[in-house]
Amino acid sequence: MAVRREEARTTVDRYPGRVRVNHWVTALSLILLAISGAALFHPSLFFLSSFFGSGSNTRWLHPWLGVVLLASFTILFIQMVRYNFWTKADTRWMGHIGEVMSGREENLPEVGRYNGAQKIVFWLMTLLIIVLFVSGIVIWYEYFGATFTIEQQRFGHIVHALAAVAMLLVVIVHIYAGFYVRGTMSAMTEGKVTGGWAYRHHRLWLRGEAREGVIDERQTPPRGHNARPAE
Amino acid sequence: MAGLQSQDFARISATNFRPPDVRHDLEVAKLIDVSKCIGCKACQSACLEWNNLREEIGINRGVYDNPHDLTPNTWTLMRFTEWENPQSGNLEWLIRKDGCMHCADPGCLKACPSPGAIVQYNNGIVDFVSENCIGCGYCVKGCPFNIPRISQADHKAYKCTLCSDRVSVGQAPACAKACPTGAIVFGTKKAMLDYAETRLTDLKSRGFKNAGIYDPPGVGGTHVMYVLHHADQPQLYAGLPQNPRISQVVELWKGLTKYAGMAAVGFAAAFAFVHATVARRNDVSRAEDREAEHLIDEEAARGRKA
Repeated sequence: MAVRREEARTTVDRYPGRVRVNHWVTALSLILLAISGAALFHPSLFFLSSFFGSGSNTRWLHPWLGVVLLASFTILFIQMVRYNFWTKADTRWMGHIGEVMSGREENLPEVGRYNGAQKIVFWLMTLLIIVLFVSGIVIWYEYFGATFTIEQQRFGHIVHALAAVAMLLVVIVHIYAGFYVRGTMSAMTEGKVTGGWAYRHHRLWLRGEAREGVIDERQTPPRGHNARPAE
Repeated sequence: MAGLQSQDFARISATNFRPPDVRHDLEVAKLIDVSKCIGCKACQSACLEWNNLREEIGINRGVYDNPHDLTPNTWTLMRFTEWENPQSGNLEWLIRKDGCMHCADPGCLKACPSPGAIVQYNNGIVDFVSENCIGCGYCVKGCPFNIPRISQADHKAYKCTLCSDRVSVGQAPACAKACPTGAIVFGTKKAMLDYAETRLTDLKSRGFKNAGIYDPPGVGGTHVMYVLHHADQPQLYAGLPQNPRISQVVELWKGLTKYAGMAAVGFAAAFAFVHATVARRNDVSRAEDREAEHLIDEEAARGRKA
């Protein structure tokens, strides 16, 4: 993790490869889960099952995708949890959420690695994935049809459906924030953000990173005092 | 289902379109007179034979029920209950032929997520269409009588079809045909109700003052009905529910949740779209890029000192 002075810009490392891989495995399984889950949720969306070949394929694939999601998110959780504990500064920052939504961040308190809204998304996802996994086990008929009573399974279905809707809402917030706050996407694609982005959105974090040292990646000027540019 | 049967659907699972309703049919019903049943299991055998089903050889657990529960191969099952009547002191052997009740308001069909996997014909028969079944087990949760069974071999749901294939060509179900005592009769629903009344008169004259017809209104009535000597206590008959209805949890899951969920997600997506279109861009300014450079130099210097 470091601040890098590149040729035309300054960047700050935000996510190493191992976090990015995990994030995208989680994201992909989540999208596939949303498509297959929606197919089973509403008759008008049943056509989405054709993405998986058939309704039967959708039925057996969906829970296994859930297992993939749980595994990758668990690792992601371990990688991220230490940055996501709530502080008083987060409460203050959340008081200015209206300004963030209007694209005005000049009067916000300085933010560390994550702001309050990001932390809420993190904890909501954690909570909802746990709820979805547990209720999903209850309604995984192929392996647990005999483990739980029919009444428990009925309850499992409604909990799973409600949690899935809540999860989609959180995911929409998460994805939209990534697009709306310009310059965010490169954090998860290239692993780094620009200095200006860090200054605008996570200044406290930028201070910490800069204090650790700045790596100069600009091409060093040619050696020797006599070397001059050609005239 | 081929041919004209596609014009005979009253309801089709997981579809929004209205089924064709030009053709009409009489409502049929099977009446099972528990007071006439001798527990011979001819109906069970006839069911296996007509439907080409084979049940695995089981184990004797000291009860007459064989097999011990409905299975993907056993669509009808005699359930035996020994009951001591506290009023008369008599030991009564209550034998109920269990199987799909063919509800007018079928919970299985309501719960089913796969279009056309469960259909209800105009004559009231509820049928599973295997080619559309995805094996999810939702019908098991929808059913108030715990009837459907999912095969672990082919992942399809199975239950009594009320011999819809026989009925469509004017035949009675195999079980009714095989019953040696006439405990199982088949006809139009009205004819069966009329016939049941004569049975009640007979039973009441013999001292069964609580004799009655089991045609539970909670599921809109059924197309398989019982004559019970103790209709006030249906649960005596191997747990036949007193007032069956589709679980409120299933109704909520398949009702409000389905629409509210779609609306909530749709609204969120629409909000994001509108916000993206009208809100001021949240972009890094060139001034902030410059400020960042100063701040990095400052902090880096501070870092070197420490």
